Amino acid sequence: MDVPAKVHVRTTINGQPQEFLVPPYMSLLDTIREIAGLTGTKEGCLDGNCGACTVNVDGRIVDSCLVLGAEVDGKNVTTVEGLATRDGLHPLQQAFLEEAALQCGICTPGFLVAAKGLLDNEPKPDEGRIRHWLAGNLCRCTGYDKIVRAVQKAAAAT
Amino acid sequence: MHPFAYVAPKTVDEAVAVLEKHGERARPIAGGTDLLVQARGGRFDLDAVVDIKKIPELVSIKNDDSGLEFGAAVPCYQLYENPELSAEYPGLMDAASLIGGIQIQSRAGLGGNLCNSTPSGDGICPLIVHYGTAVIAGPSGRRELPVEDFCTGPGRNDLKQGEMLVSLKFPKPSSTFGAAYERFIPRNEMDIAVAGVAASVELDSGGNIAKARVALCAVGPTPILAEAAGAALVGKSADDEAAIEAAGAAAAEAASPISDMRGTVEQRKHLVDVLTKRMVKKAVERARS
Ligand SMILES: Cc1cc2nc3c(=O)[nH]c(=O)nc-3n(C[C@H](O)[C@H](O)[C@H](O)COP(=O)(O)OP(=O)(O)OC[C@H]3O[C@@H](n4cnc5c(N)ncnc54)[C@H](O)[C@@H]3O)c2cc1C
Ligand code: FES
Ligand code: FES
Repeated sequence: MDVPAKVHVRTTINGQPQEFLVPPYMSLLDTIREIAGLTGTKEGCLDGNCGACTVNVDGRIVDSCLVLGAEVDGKNVTTVEGLATRDGLHPLQQAFLEEAALQCGICTPGFLVAAKGLLDNEPKPDEGRIRHWLAGNLCRCTGYDKIVRAVQKAAAAT
Repeated sequence: MHPFAYVAPKTVDEAVAVLEKHGERARPIAGGTDLLVQARGGRFDLDAVVDIKKIPELVSIKNDDSGLEFGAAVPCYQLYENPELSAEYPGLMDAASLIGGIQIQSRAGLGGNLCNSTPSGDGICPLIVHYGTAVIAGPSGRRELPVEDFCTGPGRNDLKQGEMLVSLKFPKPSSTFGAAYERFIPRNEMDIAVAGVAASVELDSGGNIAKARVALCAVGPTPILAEAAGAALVGKSADDEAAIEAAGAAAAEAASPISDMRGTVEQRKHLVDVLTKRMVKKAVERARS
Protein backbone atom coordinates (compact mmCIF):
# COMPACT_ATOMS: atom_id res chain seq x y z
CA MET A 1 0.00 0.00 0.00
CA ASP A 2 1.18 3.52 -0.71
CA VAL A 3 1.96 5.13 2.56
CA PRO A 4 0.70 8.70 2.26
CA ALA A 5 3.45 10.96 3.49
CA LYS A 6 1.21 12.85 5.85
CA VAL A 7 -2.22 12.69 7.45
CA HIS A 8 -4.16 15.89 7.92
CA VAL A 9 -5.13 16.38 11.57
CA ARG A 10 -7.35 19.05 13.07
CA THR A 11 -7.27 19.07 16.82
CA THR A 12 -7.38 21.32 19.85
CA ILE A 13 -4.32 21.39 22.09
CA ASN A 14 -4.60 23.22 25.41
CA GLY A 15 -7.60 25.13 24.12
CA GLN A 16 -5.90 26.23 20.88
CA PRO A 17 -7.29 24.90 17.60
CA GLN A 18 -4.42 23.40 15.63
CA GLU A 19 -4.10 21.91 12.21
CA PHE A 20 -1.11 19.96 11.01
CA LEU A 21 0.20 17.18 8.83
CA VAL A 22 1.64 14.13 10.59
CA PRO A 23 3.29 10.99 9.28
CA PRO A 24 0.64 8.25 9.69
CA TYR A 25 2.87 6.14 11.94
CA MET A 26 3.96 8.99 14.23
CA SER A 27 2.96 8.65 17.87
CA LEU A 28 0.92 11.34 19.57
CA LEU A 29 3.91 11.84 21.85
CA ASP A 30 6.18 12.74 18.92
CA THR A 31 3.39 14.74 17.30
CA ILE A 32 3.06 16.87 20.43
CA ARG A 33 6.80 17.29 20.91
CA GLU A 34 8.11 17.56 17.36
CA ILE A 35 5.20 19.01 15.42
CA ALA A 36 3.26 21.06 17.97
CA GLY A 37 6.58 21.98 19.62
CA LEU A 38 5.34 21.30 23.15
CA THR A 39 8.20 19.55 24.90
CA GLY A 40 6.69 19.38 28.39
CA THR A 41 5.38 15.88 27.66
CA LYS A 42 8.23 13.43 28.27
CA GLU A 43 9.32 10.13 26.80
CA GLY A 44 10.31 7.44 29.29
CA CYS A 45 9.77 3.84 28.25
CA LEU A 46 7.88 4.07 24.94
CA ASP A 47 5.82 1.04 25.90
CA GLY A 48 3.03 2.23 28.16
CA ASN A 49 4.62 1.40 31.49
CA CYS A 50 6.03 4.66 32.84
CA GLY A 51 3.31 7.27 32.22
CA ALA A 52 5.83 10.09 31.60
CA CYS A 53 4.06 10.76 28.30
CA THR A 54 0.58 11.05 29.88
CA VAL A 55 -1.74 13.56 28.22
CA ASN A 56 -5.48 14.05 28.42
CA VAL A 57 -7.58 13.28 25.34
CA ASP A 58 -11.29 14.17 25.54
CA GLY A 59 -11.29 13.95 29.32
CA ARG A 60 -9.38 10.66 29.62
CA ILE A 61 -5.72 10.25 30.48
CA VAL A 62 -3.72 8.20 27.98
CA ASP A 63 -0.09 7.28 27.35
CA SER A 64 0.67 9.39 24.28
CA CYS A 65 3.40 6.94 23.20
CA LEU A 66 0.61 4.40 22.60
CA VAL A 67 -1.62 6.70 20.53
CA LEU A 68 -1.03 7.74 16.94
CA GLY A 69 -1.03 11.45 16.18
CA ALA A 70 -3.51 10.68 13.40
CA GLU A 71 -5.98 9.37 15.98
CA VAL A 72 -6.56 12.75 17.67
CA ASP A 73 -8.23 14.30 14.65
CA GLY A 74 -11.31 16.10 16.02
CA LYS A 75 -10.26 15.59 19.63
CA ASN A 76 -9.35 17.80 22.53
CA VAL A 77 -5.84 17.30 23.92
CA THR A 78 -4.43 18.75 27.14
CA THR A 79 -0.74 18.55 27.96
CA VAL A 80 1.13 19.75 31.02
CA GLU A 81 1.51 23.15 29.32
CA GLY A 82 -2.26 23.49 29.60
CA LEU A 83 -2.36 23.34 33.39
CA ALA A 84 -1.14 26.78 34.45
CA THR A 85 -3.28 29.81 33.67
CA ARG A 86 -2.52 33.48 33.36
CA ASP A 87 -3.24 33.75 37.09
CA GLY A 88 -0.52 31.30 38.02
CA LEU A 89 0.31 27.67 38.51
CA HIS A 90 -2.34 24.99 38.80
CA PRO A 91 -2.89 23.98 42.46
CA LEU A 92 -1.26 20.62 41.65
CA GLN A 93 1.86 22.31 40.29
CA GLN A 94 2.00 24.57 43.34
CA ALA A 95 1.62 21.60 45.68
CA PHE A 96 4.32 19.61 43.84
CA LEU A 97 6.73 22.51 44.39
CA GLU A 98 5.81 23.01 48.02
CA GLU A 99 5.94 19.30 48.85
CA ALA A 100 9.18 18.77 46.87
CA ALA A 101 7.38 16.06 44.89
CA LEU A 102 10.03 15.97 42.18
CA GLN A 103 13.75 15.51 41.82
CA CYS A 104 14.92 15.00 38.23
CA GLY A 105 11.45 15.97 37.01
CA ILE A 106 11.15 13.62 34.04
CA CYS A 107 8.09 11.93 35.50
CA THR A 108 6.48 15.14 36.74
CA PRO A 109 4.49 16.26 33.68
CA GLY A 110 2.94 12.81 33.47
CA PHE A 111 2.07 12.75 37.17
CA LEU A 112 0.56 16.25 36.95
CA VAL A 113 -1.64 15.47 33.96
CA ALA A 114 -2.65 12.11 35.46
CA ALA A 115 -3.45 13.62 38.87
CA LYS A 116 -5.46 16.41 37.26
CA GLY A 117 -7.47 13.74 35.45
CA LEU A 118 -8.38 12.31 38.85
CA LEU A 119 -9.18 15.58 40.61
CA ASP A 120 -11.27 16.82 37.67
CA ASN A 121 -13.72 14.00 38.34
CA GLU A 122 -13.13 13.16 41.99
CA PRO A 123 -12.12 16.27 43.91
CA LYS A 124 -11.57 14.48 47.24
CA PRO A 125 -9.95 11.09 46.61
CA ASP A 126 -8.46 9.22 49.57
CA GLU A 127 -4.85 8.08 49.63
CA GLY A 128 -5.63 4.58 48.40
CA ARG A 129 -7.54 5.95 45.44
CA ILE A 130 -4.69 8.34 44.56
CA ARG A 131 -2.12 5.53 44.69
CA HIS A 132 -4.31 3.27 42.57
CA TRP A 133 -4.97 6.04 40.02
CA LEU A 134 -1.27 6.82 39.72
CA ALA A 135 -0.13 3.18 39.38
CA GLY A 136 0.51 3.82 35.68
CA ASN A 137 3.10 6.50 36.48
CA LEU A 138 6.61 5.56 37.56
CA CYS A 139 9.11 7.71 39.40
CA ARG A 140 12.73 6.64 39.85
CA CYS A 141 13.59 9.41 42.30
CA THR A 142 11.03 10.40 44.90
CA GLY A 143 9.69 7.13 46.30
CA TYR A 144 6.10 8.35 45.60
CA ASP A 145 5.16 9.49 49.12
CA LYS A 146 5.82 13.14 48.38
CA ILE A 147 3.90 12.90 45.13
CA VAL A 148 0.89 11.40 46.89
CA ARG A 149 1.10 14.05 49.62
CA ALA A 150 1.22 16.79 46.99
CA VAL A 151 -1.90 15.45 45.31
CA GLN A 152 -3.65 15.27 48.70
CA LYS A 153 -2.60 18.85 49.41
CA ALA A 154 -3.88 20.09 46.06
CA ALA A 155 -7.14 18.24 46.62
CA ALA A 156 -7.52 19.88 50.04
CA ALA A 157 -6.74 23.31 48.57
CA THR A 158 -9.43 23.24 45.94
CA MET B 1 8.29 2.81 13.91
CA HIS B 2 8.39 1.20 10.49
CA PRO B 3 6.28 3.44 8.21
CA PHE B 4 2.67 2.34 7.73
CA ALA B 5 -0.46 3.97 6.38
CA TYR B 6 -3.34 4.93 8.67
CA VAL B 7 -6.85 4.25 7.48
CA ALA B 8 -10.00 4.91 9.48
CA PRO B 9 -12.95 3.30 7.69
CA LYS B 10 -16.51 4.09 8.76
CA THR B 11 -17.99 0.66 8.09
CA VAL B 12 -17.10 -2.95 8.80
CA ASP B 13 -17.21 -3.76 5.07
CA GLU B 14 -14.60 -1.13 4.27
CA ALA B 15 -12.36 -2.35 7.10
CA VAL B 16 -12.69 -5.96 5.92
CA ALA B 17 -11.81 -4.90 2.36
CA VAL B 18 -8.55 -3.30 3.54
CA LEU B 19 -7.71 -6.27 5.77
CA GLU B 20 -8.42 -8.74 2.98
CA LYS B 21 -6.33 -6.85 0.46
CA HIS B 22 -3.27 -6.55 2.68
CA GLY B 23 -3.43 -9.81 4.59
CA GLU B 24 -0.74 -10.07 7.23
CA ARG B 25 0.48 -6.58 6.35
CA ALA B 26 -2.56 -4.78 7.75
CA ARG B 27 -3.87 -4.94 11.30
CA PRO B 28 -6.77 -3.34 13.14
CA ILE B 29 -5.97 -0.92 15.91
CA ALA B 30 -8.47 -0.76 18.77
CA GLY B 31 -6.74 0.74 21.84
CA GLY B 32 -3.30 0.13 20.36
CA THR B 33 -1.85 -0.86 23.74
CA ASP B 34 -0.60 -4.14 22.34
CA LEU B 35 -0.40 -3.22 18.67
CA LEU B 36 1.78 -0.12 18.95
CA VAL B 37 4.15 -1.78 21.40
CA GLN B 38 4.48 -4.72 19.02
CA ALA B 39 4.82 -2.54 15.92
CA ARG B 40 7.57 -0.56 17.61
CA GLY B 41 9.27 -3.78 18.64
CA GLY B 42 9.35 -4.88 15.00
CA ARG B 43 6.98 -7.83 15.48
CA PHE B 44 5.08 -7.00 12.29
CA ASP B 45 5.98 -5.46 8.99
CA LEU B 46 2.88 -3.38 8.47
CA ASP B 47 1.64 -1.59 5.38
CA ALA B 48 -1.44 -0.27 7.12
CA VAL B 49 -3.04 0.16 10.49
CA VAL B 50 -6.83 0.11 10.32
CA ASP B 51 -8.38 2.28 13.01
CA ILE B 52 -11.70 0.59 13.79
CA LYS B 53 -12.91 3.20 16.28
CA LYS B 54 -14.73 5.29 13.65
CA ILE B 55 -17.08 2.37 12.97
CA PRO B 56 -20.19 2.98 15.15
CA GLU B 57 -20.84 -0.74 15.71
CA LEU B 58 -17.31 -1.25 17.03
CA VAL B 59 -17.62 1.36 19.78
CA SER B 60 -21.20 0.89 20.94
CA ILE B 61 -22.67 -0.96 23.92
CA LYS B 62 -26.12 -2.54 23.76
CA ASN B 63 -27.62 -3.95 26.93
CA ASP B 64 -31.22 -5.14 27.02
CA ASP B 65 -33.39 -8.08 28.05
CA SER B 66 -31.74 -10.40 25.57
CA GLY B 67 -28.25 -9.68 26.88
CA LEU B 68 -25.17 -7.57 26.36
CA GLU B 69 -23.30 -6.84 23.15
CA PHE B 70 -20.38 -4.46 22.98
CA GLY B 71 -18.11 -3.47 20.12
CA ALA B 72 -14.62 -4.89 19.80
CA ALA B 73 -13.10 -1.43 20.31
CA VAL B 74 -15.00 -0.41 23.46
CA PRO B 75 -12.36 0.57 26.04
CA CYS B 76 -12.28 -0.97 29.51
CA TYR B 77 -13.37 2.15 31.40
CA GLN B 78 -16.65 2.31 29.48
CA LEU B 79 -17.52 -1.08 30.89
CA TYR B 80 -16.58 -0.61 34.53
CA GLU B 81 -17.92 2.94 34.75
CA ASN B 82 -21.34 1.70 33.61
CA PRO B 83 -23.27 0.89 36.81
CA GLU B 84 -25.91 -1.10 34.94
CA LEU B 85 -23.28 -3.49 33.56
CA SER B 86 -21.23 -3.85 36.71
CA ALA B 87 -24.08 -5.48 38.60
CA GLU B 88 -24.94 -7.97 35.86
CA TYR B 89 -21.52 -8.80 34.43
CA PRO B 90 -19.18 -8.79 37.44
CA GLY B 91 -16.56 -11.06 35.85
CA LEU B 92 -16.16 -8.67 32.91
CA MET B 93 -15.79 -5.78 35.36
CA ASP B 94 -13.06 -7.59 37.30
CA ALA B 95 -11.09 -7.93 34.05
CA ALA B 96 -11.73 -4.44 32.70
CA SER B 97 -10.61 -2.82 35.94
CA LEU B 98 -7.36 -4.74 36.31
CA ILE B 99 -5.89 -4.54 32.79
CA GLY B 100 -2.99 -2.07 32.98
CA GLY B 101 -3.43 1.22 34.83
CA ILE B 102 -5.86 4.07 34.26
CA GLN B 103 -4.07 5.32 31.14
CA ILE B 104 -4.18 1.86 29.57
CA GLN B 105 -7.86 1.37 30.51
CA SER B 106 -8.74 4.59 28.67
CA ARG B 107 -7.77 2.84 25.43
CA ALA B 108 -7.44 -0.92 25.89
CA GLY B 109 -10.50 -3.10 25.58
CA LEU B 110 -11.59 -6.70 25.98
CA GLY B 111 -11.90 -7.08 22.19
CA GLY B 112 -8.24 -6.16 21.70
CA ASN B 113 -7.29 -8.41 24.59
CA LEU B 114 -9.06 -11.37 22.95
CA CYS B 115 -7.62 -10.67 19.47
CA ASN B 116 -4.13 -10.39 20.90
CA SER B 117 -4.74 -13.95 22.14
CA THR B 118 -1.95 -14.22 24.69
CA PRO B 119 -2.52 -17.05 27.18
CA SER B 120 -2.05 -14.49 29.97
CA GLY B 121 -4.69 -12.08 28.62
CA ASP B 122 -6.76 -11.16 31.67
CA GLY B 123 -9.86 -10.42 29.62
CA ILE B 124 -10.36 -13.77 27.94
CA CYS B 125 -11.33 -16.14 30.78
CA PRO B 126 -13.96 -13.71 32.11
CA LEU B 127 -15.52 -13.61 28.63
CA ILE B 128 -15.64 -17.41 28.66
CA VAL B 129 -17.34 -17.76 32.05
CA HIS B 130 -19.94 -15.20 30.97
CA TYR B 131 -20.70 -17.52 28.01
CA GLY B 132 -19.38 -14.94 25.54
CA THR B 133 -19.65 -15.26 21.77
CA ALA B 134 -17.33 -13.53 19.31
CA VAL B 135 -19.08 -11.93 16.34
CA ILE B 136 -16.67 -12.03 13.40
CA ALA B 137 -16.92 -10.31 10.01
CA GLY B 138 -14.97 -11.30 6.94
CA PRO B 139 -15.00 -11.29 3.16
CA SER B 140 -17.70 -13.99 3.07
CA GLY B 141 -19.97 -12.43 5.67
CA ARG B 142 -20.44 -12.87 9.37
CA ARG B 143 -20.05 -15.81 11.70
CA GLU B 144 -20.17 -16.41 15.42
CA LEU B 145 -17.77 -18.38 17.56
CA PRO B 146 -17.86 -19.20 21.28
CA VAL B 147 -15.00 -17.31 22.95
CA GLU B 148 -13.51 -20.55 24.30
CA ASP B 149 -12.87 -21.64 20.69
CA PHE B 150 -11.32 -18.34 19.58
CA CYS B 151 -7.69 -18.72 20.64
CA THR B 152 -5.68 -21.45 18.93
CA GLY B 153 -2.18 -20.90 20.34
CA PRO B 154 -0.01 -18.24 21.94
CA GLY B 155 -0.77 -15.05 19.97
CA ARG B 156 -2.82 -17.04 17.47
CA ASN B 157 -6.56 -17.24 16.90
CA ASP B 158 -9.25 -18.49 14.56
CA LEU B 159 -9.48 -15.24 12.53
CA LYS B 160 -8.80 -15.90 8.84
CA GLN B 161 -7.37 -13.49 6.31
CA GLY B 162 -9.61 -10.44 6.04
CA GLU B 163 -11.58 -11.30 9.17
CA MET B 164 -12.03 -9.06 12.17
CA LEU B 165 -13.81 -9.17 15.49
CA VAL B 166 -16.91 -6.97 15.42
CA SER B 167 -18.38 -7.45 18.85
CA LEU B 168 -18.74 -9.66 21.89
CA LYS B 169 -22.16 -10.96 22.90
CA PHE B 170 -23.39 -12.37 26.20
CA PRO B 171 -26.68 -13.92 27.24
CA LYS B 172 -28.45 -12.01 29.98
CA PRO B 173 -27.48 -13.58 33.31
CA SER B 174 -30.27 -14.73 35.59
CA SER B 175 -30.70 -12.96 38.92
CA THR B 176 -28.91 -15.87 40.62
CA PHE B 177 -25.80 -15.71 38.43
CA GLY B 178 -22.42 -14.63 39.75
CA ALA B 179 -18.93 -14.50 38.29
CA ALA B 180 -15.45 -13.42 39.34
CA TYR B 181 -11.90 -13.20 37.99
CA GLU B 182 -8.62 -12.86 39.80
CA ARG B 183 -5.00 -13.32 38.79
CA PHE B 184 -1.89 -13.83 40.86
CA ILE B 185 0.86 -11.26 40.30
CA PRO B 186 3.78 -10.45 42.59
CA ARG B 187 2.83 -6.73 42.59
CA ASN B 188 -0.42 -4.92 43.30
CA GLU B 189 -0.96 -3.74 39.73
CA MET B 190 0.62 -3.34 36.30
CA ASP B 191 1.95 -6.87 35.85
CA ILE B 192 1.39 -10.01 33.78
CA ALA B 193 -0.53 -12.88 35.36
CA VAL B 194 1.46 -15.82 36.74
CA ALA B 195 -1.90 -17.59 36.75
CA GLY B 196 -5.50 -16.41 36.71
CA VAL B 197 -8.90 -18.04 37.19
CA ALA B 198 -12.41 -16.94 36.23
CA ALA B 199 -15.45 -18.75 37.59
CA SER B 200 -19.18 -18.37 37.25
CA VAL B 201 -22.16 -20.10 38.84
CA GLU B 202 -25.89 -20.01 38.43
CA LEU B 203 -27.95 -21.14 41.40
CA ASP B 204 -31.31 -22.91 41.21
CA SER B 205 -34.27 -22.10 43.45
CA GLY B 206 -33.03 -24.53 46.08
CA GLY B 207 -29.65 -22.84 46.30
CA ASN B 208 -27.82 -25.59 44.43
CA ILE B 209 -25.44 -24.90 41.57
CA ALA B 210 -27.32 -25.37 38.31
CA LYS B 211 -24.55 -24.25 35.95
CA ALA B 212 -20.89 -23.52 36.48
CA ARG B 213 -17.86 -22.58 34.42
CA VAL B 214 -14.19 -22.30 35.35
CA ALA B 215 -11.60 -20.88 32.93
CA LEU B 216 -7.84 -20.71 33.41
CA CYS B 217 -5.42 -17.98 32.37
CA ALA B 218 -1.65 -18.20 31.76
CA VAL B 219 -1.43 -21.94 32.38
CA GLY B 220 -1.47 -23.29 28.84
CA PRO B 221 -0.92 -22.26 25.21
CA THR B 222 -4.43 -20.77 25.19
CA PRO B 223 -6.94 -19.82 27.87
CA ILE B 224 -8.52 -23.08 29.09
CA LEU B 225 -12.18 -23.84 29.75
CA ALA B 226 -11.82 -26.42 32.54
CA GLU B 227 -15.02 -28.38 31.93
CA ALA B 228 -14.37 -30.96 34.64
CA ALA B 229 -14.04 -28.21 37.22
CA GLY B 230 -17.44 -26.81 36.28
CA ALA B 231 -18.96 -30.30 36.24
CA ALA B 232 -17.67 -30.98 39.77
CA LEU B 233 -19.92 -28.18 41.01
CA VAL B 234 -23.15 -28.81 39.11
CA GLY B 235 -25.94 -30.26 41.22
CA LYS B 236 -24.06 -29.59 44.44
CA SER B 237 -24.95 -27.17 47.18
CA ALA B 238 -23.20 -23.83 46.73
CA ASP B 239 -21.74 -24.33 50.21
CA ASP B 240 -20.47 -27.86 49.56
CA GLU B 241 -16.79 -27.55 50.52
CA ALA B 242 -15.97 -30.99 49.14
CA ALA B 243 -17.38 -30.02 45.73
CA ILE B 244 -15.40 -26.78 45.74
CA GLU B 245 -12.25 -28.73 46.67
CA ALA B 246 -12.96 -31.12 43.81
CA ALA B 247 -13.38 -28.20 41.40
CA GLY B 248 -10.00 -26.79 42.49
CA ALA B 249 -8.33 -30.16 41.97
CA ALA B 250 -9.99 -30.63 38.56
CA ALA B 251 -8.88 -27.14 37.47
CA ALA B 252 -5.29 -27.81 38.56
CA GLU B 253 -5.46 -31.06 36.59
CA ALA B 254 -6.70 -29.22 33.49
CA ALA B 255 -3.88 -26.67 33.68
CA SER B 256 -0.84 -27.39 31.49
CA PRO B 257 1.54 -24.61 32.48
CA ILE B 258 5.19 -24.14 31.66
CA SER B 259 7.96 -22.99 33.97
CA ASP B 260 9.35 -19.59 33.12
CA MET B 261 10.64 -16.43 34.80
CA ARG B 262 7.18 -15.74 36.24
CA GLY B 263 6.58 -19.08 37.90
CA THR B 264 7.09 -22.82 37.89
CA VAL B 265 4.69 -25.57 36.80
CA GLU B 266 4.08 -26.57 40.44
CA GLN B 267 3.47 -23.03 41.61
CA ARG B 268 1.07 -22.37 38.77
CA LYS B 269 -0.93 -25.55 39.39
CA HIS B 270 -1.12 -24.66 43.07
CA LEU B 271 -2.28 -21.15 42.20
CA VAL B 272 -4.98 -22.52 39.90
CA ASP B 273 -6.26 -24.75 42.73
CA VAL B 274 -6.34 -21.89 45.25
CA LEU B 275 -7.75 -19.30 42.85
CA THR B 276 -10.44 -21.67 41.58
CA LYS B 277 -11.77 -22.26 45.08
CA ARG B 278 -11.59 -18.56 45.84
CA MET B 279 -13.31 -17.52 42.60
CA VAL B 280 -16.10 -20.12 42.96
CA LYS B 281 -16.82 -18.80 46.45
CA LYS B 282 -16.76 -15.22 45.24
CA ALA B 283 -19.06 -16.07 42.32
CA VAL B 284 -21.48 -17.75 44.75
CA GLU B 285 -21.39 -14.74 47.03
CA ARG B 286 -22.15 -12.47 44.08
CA ALA B 287 -24.89 -14.80 42.85
CA ARG B 288 -26.60 -14.45 46.21
CA SER B 289 -26.36 -10.67 46.48
C1 LIG C 1 1.52 -0.92 30.43
C2 LIG C 1 0.66 -2.05 29.96
C3 LIG C 1 -0.01 -2.84 30.88
C4 LIG C 1 -0.80 -3.89 30.47
N1 LIG C 1 -1.44 -4.65 31.40
C5 LIG C 1 -2.18 -5.70 31.02
C6 LIG C 1 -2.82 -6.52 31.98
O1 LIG C 1 -2.76 -6.26 33.18
N2 LIG C 1 -3.53 -7.59 31.54
C7 LIG C 1 -3.64 -7.89 30.21
O2 LIG C 1 -4.29 -8.86 29.87
N3 LIG C 1 -3.05 -7.12 29.28
C8 LIG C 1 -2.33 -6.04 29.64
N4 LIG C 1 -1.72 -5.27 28.70
C9 LIG C 1 -1.85 -5.61 27.28
C10 LIG C 1 -2.99 -4.84 26.56
O3 LIG C 1 -3.24 -3.61 27.18
C11 LIG C 1 -4.28 -5.64 26.55
O4 LIG C 1 -4.09 -6.86 25.90
C12 LIG C 1 -5.44 -4.88 25.90
O5 LIG C 1 -6.65 -5.46 26.30
C13 LIG C 1 -5.36 -4.82 24.39
O6 LIG C 1 -6.46 -4.08 23.92
P1 LIG C 1 -6.30 -2.93 22.82
O7 LIG C 1 -7.67 -2.44 22.51
O8 LIG C 1 -5.31 -1.92 23.21
O9 LIG C 1 -5.74 -3.81 21.60
P2 LIG C 1 -4.87 -3.40 20.32
O10 LIG C 1 -3.47 -3.17 20.71
O11 LIG C 1 -5.55 -2.35 19.54
O12 LIG C 1 -4.99 -4.78 19.51
C14 LIG C 1 -4.41 -5.98 19.98
C15 LIG C 1 -4.23 -6.96 18.83
O13 LIG C 1 -5.49 -7.39 18.34
C16 LIG C 1 -5.68 -6.97 17.00
N5 LIG C 1 -7.06 -6.46 16.94
C17 LIG C 1 -7.56 -5.42 17.68
N6 LIG C 1 -8.86 -5.28 17.43
C18 LIG C 1 -9.19 -6.24 16.52
C19 LIG C 1 -10.42 -6.60 15.88
N7 LIG C 1 -11.55 -5.95 16.12
N8 LIG C 1 -10.39 -7.64 15.02
C20 LIG C 1 -9.24 -8.31 14.78
N9 LIG C 1 -8.06 -8.02 15.34
C21 LIG C 1 -8.04 -6.99 16.21
C22 LIG C 1 -4.66 -5.91 16.73
O14 LIG C 1 -4.30 -5.85 15.37
C23 LIG C 1 -3.52 -6.36 17.63
O15 LIG C 1 -2.80 -7.37 17.00
C24 LIG C 1 -0.93 -4.18 29.08
C25 LIG C 1 -0.30 -3.36 28.16
C26 LIG C 1 0.49 -2.31 28.57
C27 LIG C 1 1.17 -1.45 27.55
S1 FES D 1 6.83 6.83 27.42
FE1 FES D 1 4.75 6.43 27.27
S2 FES D 1 4.35 5.26 29.01
FE2 FES D 1 6.48 5.52 29.11
S1 FES E 1 11.51 12.88 39.84
FE1 FES E 1 12.91 11.68 38.72
S2 FES E 1 11.65 10.14 37.92
FE2 FES E 1 10.35 11.15 39.24
